[in-house]
Amino acid sequence: MQSPGNTFQVDAHGRLKHFLSIDGLERALLINILDTAESFAGVGERAVKKVPLLRGKTIVNLFFEPSTRTRTTFELAAKRLSADVLNINASTSSTTKGESLLDTLRTLEAMHCDMFVVRHAQSGAAHFIARHAAPHISVINGGDGRHAHPTQAMLDMFTIRRHKGNFASLKVAIVGDVTHSRVARSQIHALVTLGAAEVRVVAPRTLVPPGLESLGVSVHHDLRAGLSDVDVVILLRLQNERMQGALLPSSHEYFQYYGVTEERLSAADPDAIVMHPGPLNRGVEIDSDVADGSRSVILQQVSYGIAIRMAVMSMAIGSHAAADQEDG
Amino acid sequence: MSDTTDIDALIAKLANALGEHLARHDRHRPLMVGVHTGGVWVARKLHELLAIEAPLGTLNINFYRDDFTRIGMHPMVTPSDLFNVDDRHVVLIDDVLHTGRTIRAALNEIFDYGRPASVTLGVLVERSGREIPVQADAIGQSLNLSSHEYLKLSGPDPLGLEITDKT
Repeated sequence: MQSPGNTFQVDAHGRLKHFLSIDGLERALLINILDTAESFAGVGERAVKKVPLLRGKTIVNLFFEPSTRTRTTFELAAKRLSADVLNINASTSSTTKGESLLDTLRTLEAMHCDMFVVRHAQSGAAHFIARHAAPHISVINGGDGRHAHPTQAMLDMFTIRRHKGNFASLKVAIVGDVTHSRVARSQIHALVTLGAAEVRVVAPRTLVPPGLESLGVSVHHDLRAGLSDVDVVILLRLQNERMQGALLPSSHEYFQYYGVTEERLSAADPDAIVMHPGPLNRGVEIDSDVADGSRSVILQQVSYGIAIRMAVMSMAIGSHAAADQEDG
Repeated sequence: MSDTTDIDALIAKLANALGEHLARHDRHRPLMVGVHTGGVWVARKLHELLAIEAPLGTLNINFYRDDFTRIGMHPMVTPSDLFNVDDRHVVLIDDVLHTGRTIRAALNEIFDYGRPASVTLGVLVERSGREIPVQADAIGQSLNLSSHEYLKLSGPDPLGLEITDKT
């Protein structure tokens, strides 16, 4: 799926203005995000877990879809940057009273907010908001429909780089429901852009969208073959809430063929790491022994997510600040 | 500047002044911290000359700058590396003390790592142009420069001081 307006995210000087999808961003910018996140990674371990960078800025978490992990890590990231944060759970707010998305947007703009973090069940919602928001506002996509979840992909890249160092020699397997996964799409773009040696998608035929190979991945339907010699195993959540129609006989059946167990993991490189964006369906896509095992880096992904979100927030607000200065 | 070869002499002078200052104020077992990038180069040499036990700390004050809203994020190279500063005598080192804004930012960052017993400021060169009330406790050299003259430490090997005219 192509994102509308790839260049729209970046200003004339190559600085990140909005962060909507990985698709269309250059390798140098992705590396800049990872490097910036690296410098924020230690902030959570200090006596004062805060830096004053975004003091006086207001960030709105605009969530039209339920989320705990993503919203709280965005909130914590904003607070560690000293920004003020508004959490708007749109399913319980005026949108249910019939207010249009644009009216919600205008109302929040009138409150002098600087950034919107948007999560929406509709693909393209974050782009839509970025296009219609006032020029001083940055928009970050916190997940839109089946389209993209760029901060999740970048925190995954950060986790991989921390453990494996370099992308060039890496074999990565993404296992699970790719059809419904915005995470998988963003991960594939990020891994390909960062130059991973091989990206495999492992899933039943019903959960792989047609034409996926055009993104630069190979598709496997056999788990053991798909995991053979890989350095990184990324599991995806089986998204029951997004499934319509009989794509799978049952989640039990899914575990029989695609659930990752210690035994099946033995096909991978002995130093392979296991990742999962959460929340986990234990006994469906992942066995508890693997989730809690020594190769699992699932909880580190959560911690690194804060650093990545601090990086993109400060880069996007910083580029607006710099642009204002140049104009003024 | 003509006497760039005398950097080692300046650093030795600064080391002496720092040693005396710390002894006079009973500041024992100091924790030395250099400000990126030039301050770290100078601090490395001082750390050795003064035989300080605790590992050298470094500060990258990018997240504490007062001009973020004017120029945005700087590309980050090296993050801060600092241990617990609680009850320690911190010796803060920078290459050039000019407006005082960098030291203001560095002090703010240090206090986010804990509550030090004291902070001593040592700079290789103290120049004219202070914009906030900050002064060094120990200096290698004092220079009177006009506002359009820009003094920069180049390095790390060899270290050299350069003055460029920005008019």
